[in-house]
Amino acid sequence: MDDAYGLLLKTYRRMGGSESILRDERVAHLVIHGNEVYSSRAVEGLVLDSRSRADGVDVELRVKGGYRIEYPVHMCFGIIPEEGEQRIRLNAKIEDGAGIKILSHCMFPNAERIIHEMDAIVEIGDRADFEYLERHYHGEGGGIVVAPRAKISLGDHSRLYTEFSILDGRVGKLRMDYDMEAGEGSAIEALAKVLGYGDDEITIRERGYLRGRNSRGLIKSRIVVKGMAMSEVISELIADKGAEGARGHVDCVELVMENARARAIPLVDVWNERAKITHEASIGTVDKKQLNTLMSKGLSKEEAIDVIVKGYLR
Amino acid sequence: MAMKDRSILEVRNLNMSRGGRSILRDLSFSVEENRVYGVLGPNGAGKSSLAYALMGLEEYKPDSGEIIYQGKEITELSISERARMGITMLWQEPVRFEGLSVRDYLGLCSRDGDVREYLLKVGLDERYLERNVDDTLSGGERKRVELASILALKPKLAILDEPDSGIDIISLDYIAEIVYELKKHGSVILITHNEDVAMLSDRCLLLCDGFIVKEGEPGEIVSYFKRKCVPCPTKRERYG
Repeated sequence: MDDAYGLLLKTYRRMGGSESILRDERVAHLVIHGNEVYSSRAVEGLVLDSRSRADGVDVELRVKGGYRIEYPVHMCFGIIPEEGEQRIRLNAKIEDGAGIKILSHCMFPNAERIIHEMDAIVEIGDRADFEYLERHYHGEGGGIVVAPRAKISLGDHSRLYTEFSILDGRVGKLRMDYDMEAGEGSAIEALAKVLGYGDDEITIRERGYLRGRNSRGLIKSRIVVKGMAMSEVISELIADKGAEGARGHVDCVELVMENARARAIPLVDVWNERAKITHEASIGTVDKKQLNTLMSKGLSKEEAIDVIVKGYLR
Repeated sequence: MAMKDRSILEVRNLNMSRGGRSILRDLSFSVEENRVYGVLGPNGAGKSSLAYALMGLEEYKPDSGEIIYQGKEITELSISERARMGITMLWQEPVRFEGLSVRDYLGLCSRDGDVREYLLKVGLDERYLERNVDDTLSGGERKRVELASILALKPKLAILDEPDSGIDIISLDYIAEIVYELKKHGSVILITHNEDVAMLSDRCLLLCDGFIVKEGEPGEIVSYFKRKCVPCPTKRERYG
């Protein structure tokens, strides 16, 4: 075990993770530092192959038809030194009737000049479930570019849940770009939670494409920016011609404090008269009535703001 | 003199205006320890503005006058500073908080850790602890949670702004129980337009158009209010 691996595990513990998870034979995992695979385990019903290349890591993940993976799969990605590049290319296939939940821990505690890119292509079959929760820990340097890109397609009567969060440490530059497509009776739910400060730059584009009858979509974001940080959130939800009975909602809330700046662009596009998509977007500072209420219970203004912001991002 | 020694709050010649309009006019009164002080008045009388001024909201700073709490002038103190001295307020329309559970919300207020008892006192069971203080609660439920938070604080002075408004199924007995619970630890300013609620007070004043019209025993004030203020003579003169 080299130093980087040990430090990666230490950061993982700081994020609330436990090394015992990585030793547990019932739990699949994948640990990648930089572009080097350190550790990997598959379980029955799950094929997990990873290969380091000069310019990144290729990961193949397949959940065999009908298999519901009992325990969440833990993926640890990170770079411990101040600089480096990590490029993950993930090809995932969740076959018909299969289900999996992935907890992805992305750790860059000393980032000064780091690039972390993820290109994911995920194919979800019929009656299948896929949950992907990605949580970042960045430290206070702010010298990082994070670019997660995903194209996710769902068959019929399937479910996708994604949650992306950067709440610990500086964001740096985030360029997130997700495309999701739902077949008949399938549901998409995507949540992004980001806290930006310093001169962080946040760009999030999430696009849900409701292709099938009675498909469902919820694109939700909670962004807080302060200091000189900037954010732009583009949330698109489209109901196609064939999406009769589809329902969708875009829900974007951004809190702006100090000299920060935020933009929210909700975009709904409906091609079927029997589909319905709604949206709400609000940008504002911390609500005065909320502040007064908490302060009347003895909290200082700063403590009250902290409670409100944490609530938004919870 | 003896009365003065027992007062927890004294308001002296308080004047406040907003947007060039006089809201509170030369108000003077005092609230004794462990007593309930009613502020009765019609809509627009200045009752909530008085509550905000006493709590210390930035936008409701008095133009002149003094607010004395436990012998110390607090007119210039912030909300937080007043709250830390034992003053708190029940808001007429409590706000919602996304992502904050009832347990955590009450935890901000409770000094003894166990918050379940306060929920039970307002008619909610412990299943509510895991609910969020957001728009998934009805208006009545939210108000009850707010009442629980006030009980948990055990304030020396609780300002209750229309405690009965917005609660779905409510009885006067229920409000009375909460008021008497608060009275065990301190004093209560009970702001209301409801004569029955005003009758829960030990002493009461009638506020109209920012003035104290009358101050005295609650029966006397309520009787005067019913005779002289319903319907409001000022509005009758103004609108015919």
